[in-house]
Amino acid sequence: MSRIATTFAQLKAHGKKALIPFITAGDPKPALTVPLMHALVAGGADVIELGVPFSDPMADGPVIQRASERALAQGVTLAQVFDFVKEFRKTNQATPMVLMGYANPIEAMGPEHFADVAKAVGVDGVLVVDYPPEEAGTLAKLLDARALDTIFLLSPTTRDARLKTVGELGRGYLYYVSLKGVTGAGHIDTNDVAQRVNHIKTFTTLPVGVGFGIRDAESAKRVAQVADAVVIGSRLVQEIIDAGDAAPARLQALLAGIRAAMDSTGAKSAV
Amino acid sequence: MQMYDLPDALGHFGPYGGVFVAETLIDALDELREAYARYQHDPEFKKEFAYELKHYVGRPSPVYHAKRWSDHFGGAQVYLKREDLNHTGAHKINNVIGQAMLAKRMGKPRVIAETGAGQHGVATATIAARYGMECVVYMGSEDVKRQAQNVYRMKLLGATVVPVDSGSKTLKDALNEAMRDWVTNIENTYYIIGTVAGPHPYPMMVRDFQSVIGIEAREQMLELVGRQPDAVLACVGGGSNAMGIFYPYIEDKAVRLVGVEAAGLGLETGKHAATLTAGKSGVLHGNRTYLLQDENGQIIETHSISAGLDYPGVGPEHAWLKDSARAEYVSITDEEALKAFHDLCRLEGIIPALESSHALAYAAKMAPRMRREQIVLVNLSGRGDKDMHTVAEKSGIKF
Repeated sequence: MSRIATTFAQLKAHGKKALIPFITAGDPKPALTVPLMHALVAGGADVIELGVPFSDPMADGPVIQRASERALAQGVTLAQVFDFVKEFRKTNQATPMVLMGYANPIEAMGPEHFADVAKAVGVDGVLVVDYPPEEAGTLAKLLDARALDTIFLLSPTTRDARLKTVGELGRGYLYYVSLKGVTGAGHIDTNDVAQRVNHIKTFTTLPVGVGFGIRDAESAKRVAQVADAVVIGSRLVQEIIDAGDAAPARLQALLAGIRAAMDSTGAKSAV
Repeated sequence: MQMYDLPDALGHFGPYGGVFVAETLIDALDELREAYARYQHDPEFKKEFAYELKHYVGRPSPVYHAKRWSDHFGGAQVYLKREDLNHTGAHKINNVIGQAMLAKRMGKPRVIAETGAGQHGVATATIAARYGMECVVYMGSEDVKRQAQNVYRMKLLGATVVPVDSGSKTLKDALNEAMRDWVTNIENTYYIIGTVAGPHPYPMMVRDFQSVIGIEAREQMLELVGRQPDAVLACVGGGSNAMGIFYPYIEDKAVRLVGVEAAGLGLETGKHAATLTAGKSGVLHGNRTYLLQDENGQIIETHSISAGLDYPGVGPEHAWLKDSARAEYVSITDEEALKAFHDLCRLEGIIPALESSHALAYAAKMAPRMRREQIVLVNLSGRGDKDMHTVAEKSGIKF
């Protein structure tokens, strides 16, 4: 069983939901990325999504765009992102690592080499924002062959026929984008999310994580009541930039608060 | 001979094209694909499109024999397809009308667009005014500064112009921002992409709407000289005017198709926008195509004297036409384009757009090496009124 599947199975056994923080690799500076990853785990992260910076992050709102720009301005490359994971794995072999980013840096590296290195350094899953199932075939096969999970997005507008396809192709977990818009936008409607998550679950046995629009303990708690995982990104990235060098400590505290709120929902099941 | 019938159902031209977008945009693209499939061959839709092109745009645009300029070369005869005479001054309007008609039928009261030089933005603002639609145009903040007049034109036409401050603050960033708007306002918004790039079905649809250029040209060449030209030339940024004139010639293998990219300050300087000449395959803005990128797959900033060619990608069908050797792609520097610009002004009394001047400049290279009875057809995609500032500045003149 993959590290991601194991993590979800253990959480389920304890009646808990997964907390999945997202940060952009290399932001605000490369030296802070690995300490931030450890801080996230200390704060209660179950899986970490590490953003690979890209010059044209089409699906991201201003907060993550700027994070990407800051990282690129410091010369952060995909190869360096792999180094962060390798470094992190020296002291943490348990927390699943998901790389999240755009297709072009992977295409430039070559999908096969990318998959090889991802496996070697201890990545567990890959989410390529602009590889929908139609275009993900090549990479998904390479990742599958190395027992790495290809994670797909679902949106409020995803039609049933696609839910079925994505449910079959997806590995690890599915990431339901709860809002129409870009990362960091708007507020989440929990009733709506509950309904959609339940509907998605009629097409798949994969855990369903929910992201976009979760910005505090309160919204995380509400989402945790209806989904298997809570993904939080823009809020953390904003916090990192506000905190400067104190970012690891601040993030750990912030995440711990969210963790506590989520766990206080008790053993309620997702469906 | 095998018929040319690209793209395939998923929008692929060989390995290029496709739908490389986040899941959040898939449904909107499906909806668009369905709507286009439904109306593409609808007699009523086609009739309205033809009517608009004739009575609002002023089509057909003439084909003109640039006789003095040709004599100046002493070689091939150069003919110009006069897209510069269209309403709003360029070929851009052909596509915008088609897409706005689609938006109307899809019940979308709001249209958005990206623009570099401002030509596509102006065309979109124009049609939005004509159809009574809300219009928002995204434009890199650098371009807003460079193209103040076009910004004002769009505002006069009732559009809202949003300066984009992210990334390199130019066309590619405006496109990113328009995509972000679209994904946020999908119910009521139609995104009018201005070139043959982006996710399927845009490259195909924009090509189809622009192919009126080549369809007319074929008829007009027959009328004028009783045969098709030996070569068809067009400038290529995203590549919509080139696809428009190339497409009806693709199966006609006797006709050379030549796309002319912007070599900016020279390919060797790295300051250019010659994507097909100097780029390599990658994924950006919803399609796989040639891109100007660094070794890590980050998109790099481009340079051209003409804002309309200043783009690090190119339409996927051009990528395919290059790889399959059906079309050739060459490049022309800022300086060469400027010379052609001045020559056409002085010898023919036509002020061409700086974009189109790249195609003219390559014609000026080709024609002297050809025989007098040979024919080169250049797509004069736009007029140069918008470029007065840039050209004057180059000549050391300030208004």
